Amino acid sequence: MPKDSSLQSILLIGSGPIVIGQAAEFDYSGTQACIALKEEGYRVILVNNNPATIMTDDVHADAVYFEPLTVDAIEAIIAKERPDGLLATFGGQTGLNLAFQLYEAGVLEKYGVRLLGTPIEAIKRGEDREAFRALMHELGEPVPESEIVTNVKEAVAFAEQIGFPIIIRPAYTLGGTGGGIAENMKQFIALVEKGLAESPIRQCLIERSVAGFKEIEYEVMRDQSNTCITVCNMENVDPVGVHTGDSIVVAPSQTLTDEEYQMLRSSAVKIISALGIIGGCNIQFALDPNSKQYYLIEVNPRVSRSSALASKATGYPIARIAAKLAVGYTLAELINPVTKTTYASFEPALDYVVVKFPRLPFDKFPHADRKLGTQMKATGEVMAIDRNMERAFQKAVQSLEGKNNGLFLSELSAKTNDELKQLLVNKDDRRFFAILELLRRGVTVETIHEWTKIDRFFLCTFERLVALEKQAAAVTLDTIDETMFRFLKEKGASDAFLAETWSVTELEVRNKRKELGIVPSYKMVDTCAAEFHSETDYYYSAYFGEDERKQASGKEKVLIIGAGPIRIGQGIEFDYSSVHSVFALQKEGYETIMINNNPETVSTDFAIADRLYFEPLTLESVLDVIEAEQIQHVIVQFGGQTAINLVKGLEEAGVRLLGVTYDIIDQLEDRDRFYQLLEELDIPHVPGLMANDAEELVAKAAEIGYPVLLRPSYVIGGRGMFIIRSEAQLAALIEQGELTYPILIDAYLDGKEAEADIVTDGTDILLPTIIEHVEKAGVHSGDSYAWLPAQTLTEEERANIVDYARRIAKKLGFKGIMNIQYVIADGNVYVLEVNPRASRTVPIVSKTTGVPLAQIATKLLLGKSLVDIPGGKMSGLTVMPYVVLKYPVFSTYKLPGVDPTVGPEMKSTGEGISIAMTKEEAAYKAFYAYLQKKANANELYVIGDIDAELAAEIETKQLNIVTDVSFADWVKRDGALAVIDLRKEEGEAPKRMAALSQQLLVFTERETLDLFLQALTVGQLDVQPISGWIKKKKQAEQAVIA
Amino acid sequence: MKAYLHLASGKTFSGKLATPLEKKVSGEIVFFTGMTGYQEVLTDPSYKNQIIVFTYPLIGNYGINDEDFESKRPHVAAAVVYEASNEGFHYGVKYSLAEYLRHWNIPLLTHVDTRALVKEIRMEGTMMAELSSSPIPAVMDEETTFPVCAVSTKKMETYGQGGPHIVLIDFGYKKSILQSLVSRGCQVTVVPHDTAPEAIDALKPDGLVLSNGPGDPKQLSVRLPAIRQLIDRYPTLAICLGHQLVALAYGADTEKLRFGHRGANQPVWDAVKQKVMITSQNHSYVVKEKSLEGKPFAIRFININDGSVEGMIHRDKPILSVQYHPEAHPGPQDTGYIFDEFLQTVAKGEKVYA
Repeated sequence: MPKDSSLQSILLIGSGPIVIGQAAEFDYSGTQACIALKEEGYRVILVNNNPATIMTDDVHADAVYFEPLTVDAIEAIIAKERPDGLLATFGGQTGLNLAFQLYEAGVLEKYGVRLLGTPIEAIKRGEDREAFRALMHELGEPVPESEIVTNVKEAVAFAEQIGFPIIIRPAYTLGGTGGGIAENMKQFIALVEKGLAESPIRQCLIERSVAGFKEIEYEVMRDQSNTCITVCNMENVDPVGVHTGDSIVVAPSQTLTDEEYQMLRSSAVKIISALGIIGGCNIQFALDPNSKQYYLIEVNPRVSRSSALASKATGYPIARIAAKLAVGYTLAELINPVTKTTYASFEPALDYVVVKFPRLPFDKFPHADRKLGTQMKATGEVMAIDRNMERAFQKAVQSLEGKNNGLFLSELSAKTNDELKQLLVNKDDRRFFAILELLRRGVTVETIHEWTKIDRFFLCTFERLVALEKQAAAVTLDTIDETMFRFLKEKGASDAFLAETWSVTELEVRNKRKELGIVPSYKMVDTCAAEFHSETDYYYSAYFGEDERKQASGKEKVLIIGAGPIRIGQGIEFDYSSVHSVFALQKEGYETIMINNNPETVSTDFAIADRLYFEPLTLESVLDVIEAEQIQHVIVQFGGQTAINLVKGLEEAGVRLLGVTYDIIDQLEDRDRFYQLLEELDIPHVPGLMANDAEELVAKAAEIGYPVLLRPSYVIGGRGMFIIRSEAQLAALIEQGELTYPILIDAYLDGKEAEADIVTDGTDILLPTIIEHVEKAGVHSGDSYAWLPAQTLTEEERANIVDYARRIAKKLGFKGIMNIQYVIADGNVYVLEVNPRASRTVPIVSKTTGVPLAQIATKLLLGKSLVDIPGGKMSGLTVMPYVVLKYPVFSTYKLPGVDPTVGPEMKSTGEGISIAMTKEEAAYKAFYAYLQKKANANELYVIGDIDAELAAEIETKQLNIVTDVSFADWVKRDGALAVIDLRKEEGEAPKRMAALSQQLLVFTERETLDLFLQALTVGQLDVQPISGWIKKKKQAEQAVIA
Repeated sequence: MKAYLHLASGKTFSGKLATPLEKKVSGEIVFFTGMTGYQEVLTDPSYKNQIIVFTYPLIGNYGINDEDFESKRPHVAAAVVYEASNEGFHYGVKYSLAEYLRHWNIPLLTHVDTRALVKEIRMEGTMMAELSSSPIPAVMDEETTFPVCAVSTKKMETYGQGGPHIVLIDFGYKKSILQSLVSRGCQVTVVPHDTAPEAIDALKPDGLVLSNGPGDPKQLSVRLPAIRQLIDRYPTLAICLGHQLVALAYGADTEKLRFGHRGANQPVWDAVKQKVMITSQNHSYVVKEKSLEGKPFAIRFININDGSVEGMIHRDKPILSVQYHPEAHPGPQDTGYIFDEFLQTVAKGEKVYA
């Protein structure tokens, strides 16, 4: 059936700021949906307050609204735009919940908006546990014994009847927030209470736990003709009990017979048909490892993280196809976009294996609870493809960029077997490395199977990995023969690992390997196991078999190094810049080659770059691609710190990088050289020194004078940064032994903080606007609220900021994009740091000023000058007749044990923006969703005390200050609005965490609190698309010129 | 031990033997794209004398169990994989893949660049191949055997009881066809492929099933008049080779596809249900669409990928034939309804309705 021509315009709801459980995968699915709809000629209206996304670019949608994701804000947008249809299944749980609420509130009916794709009844049946359970009983599909409860008493009665373990799943939450498995009544009651509080409808499903069963997922698609296909199935290495987002997952399933595979597939097809879904759906099963008994455990009637993974794992673009199905097409009439010779109504056949590893945030939060369970904790993931299982695992762990060196996690080597066993029993995030360590020590597969219930198939694979290490150790670089070398490479041993094993350099290993002619081949991901010819250049490396890359176009080639897995401090914004760089390069006529390993992102959509390599971002893999493709130009500026960290090695290997050299990076990272540079340029810098050991640290900190800021060099997101106020505090920190040397010591200035993203051709710069942080220096830029343009800086301060940027750019001879951070104190502007790469704020600046920084930077990297680029020359800062507020979004409530104070260490996972005519309105929009949720709350709990002036101001806002009630009781009260704790004392951390667990805001900075209070002065929400704001800007610019 | 796979196209692929190769083995080389189901494939009689290449790189993960056999023994001439698991990881496992094949003296060639091999077959078409320990290819003969004879039963056997009596004419039937009938309450008599019509009449069947089987349907030309006689008399379901024989019996023609359809993901349009079904397939030969012109058949099923004929119904008589495998094993079970439709016809004694 062809597309629905009664539709003209379609509203798409995005998933909002990145939080754990809802990350870049929804930018990927949303972008695909936008592209698919625009391809069909529809007007696309998009609402998403996450500026770091690619979907919110004006090229992908006709009207983009950075507005709060609430029912009334969306109703205002609907009233203004009058869309014919609404697509709600691409914005994660947020989008789905909003669609449901809009429907319930009668908004869709009022404005005649049709819900496209999966009908509302299907969403209800999939999401409402009771309705779903009833339907499954009707279909004869087994679900574990369960009950919907709305209070603790009902829950206890159920538990007494069926016994433990019991799993608790709150209704309508993302990433399973608030859920868990209880082994006893005490844990059970605590989890039920929490789950009820988390659920927007105060409902939990409690059910018999099938922990220990195999967890198998199917990605299913269905069209309106009831044609159903399964795109992919996946097997979790971790048995049921660990959230699939935190599990190590392989695709396709490895341990299921065809009988079992088809049994679950048939069930999945039956369920999606009965639900009446149109589009994509994720269905999760628990399968008894010792029989054909299975249970259905979850259905997500929308595209999901798993569907993003399945799309990258198979090449089948689920979201893109789902969008087409939503507007009326059937699978049989859509072409398979990978092969371009077959149709979308088939099931991909893989001739490789895929391994996904979660990226967990415990390198930043070592004191958080590392136990994995039903509540997702991962911030991102990596995917690896190979022809064999061993190398797929090796590639995946190499891609993690964690503390592990390949299969080794050094912190585990000091642990006893018992301690390692505890990591397995507790489902600690380090369990994979602990298993390998135990196998190294001779603990048997059988014993580990008993402890973990992980299938022996996987454990035997791990055992072979350990055997491989021993085989490598039995030879040396001089004695190894070609056969053994080939074998080790085929099974995934990295050059870096072999170098360490043989005590030689990685380069020596590489040279010997190449001498022997051992280089990777590249194989194609084609959806069909080579049965049909395929058109798409989507590749992975293998050390066995022929290289099957197609002839290149003959154009000059540019490699863009991606940013790897999403982690705190390096998020989706880097993907935004990478993708924009690709667009700019394509416009300039280059052949673009992307290397990345993150399955959630747009950059790893094979339809973006001309060639995609799904590979670890290690020096070895990047060099291999450069050599195989004979790439002339390499861009590292858009891949965050991941790409920057490769610069030294690439340069040593003779690769020429565009715009930057290792020497430039070193000048900026090496404190001594950096300060020397600033002094030469007559730019004030914060007094700072470097210490090589603890003794030097104490002496130099005293020399600078407290307070001081400590930080290691080359860090992402302020990892390991501390503000130290006294020698005693420093001594305590040294005692803890968590510092790494050399360490940088800066005077800590209690001033305003500002930053700027600039592009430069080496002589001139373009600096569209200055970003001013709301909080004082010392709060990580990623965790601070910030204004664009700067709101309180003097003209002179602004001029200095621009001037210093220009001096630095000119002196360095750097080309491309950089981010400079400043502190303004005592009337002076100090340069804090210079990052020679795209930063977190690039997409915000680009979207709200209309200056496409990443694209301009790319052109400059190719050798153009600013004067050659339209809009590249700008006198002074851009005019912005509106204010933009960037606000951080935290997921810390999903990470028990993390203290919600802000400081130099970044903790937020995402960000949003609001745009308004006044600061107050912008603040209002930023807190809008929170204030709506707390509509009946008016109590602020003060920990410690606050000054009388502030207290008086709070009272003028009709808020009550509460200090003298039991905190534990208060946080559960409906009246609880937020907590104020300006002293941030260590001892009060439990209170802050208790507030967090109830998802209450905790204000630890005066400036943030002031912003919040400002927000309360506004009562009206006005919605405006970004194009409307940019139009105002153009008008203002013309007025200036006139 | 190293061994070599020589293709008639002139290419040679090398690999390591996981089971002994006593003397060189030759056969038609074909590939299967399903990611599970190697046990069913190995024991499917339709693969008689063929060298099977598995495109999925890890074969043998769950070993060989007692339940998933499609016949009493493996029929392939040899199996070619990238990696074969040394053990089987499954509660039902009885042998590892290599143990099982070794028992039946079937060579298992591992560590082959199966993807490159498949691309060669895709481009050159299904062809003869020879597995030998010598790197030098020998002159290859075209297939001359008559494989149906080798796999068809020699004596009648009856399964199940009560219900309609179905005669399953065995050209190399898969156990799952029998099970699909028995589990639906049929009494099934399996008869040799060359059983005389009179002998089948004597069984007083309520319906006939023409099974799948190996090779070129035209090798069975001599049987066509008998087949025509039978299918005109009884409600008939014909599967795979059986479907091709129905077409030939009515004077239509068959042809060989370049590299066949073998996998668990073939999309087939059902003109009655007006939707696409994902089917299990294993065939080299198809009914020529043009040759059905003027014949009393309507094409009900069409392959979405290449438009080939996947099934047809007689306009007046209760004859339904499908090129794909509604009995699945391996592969999706979505088209199991074909058996229900057939049995409804049997029950009514009426024609198969389009």
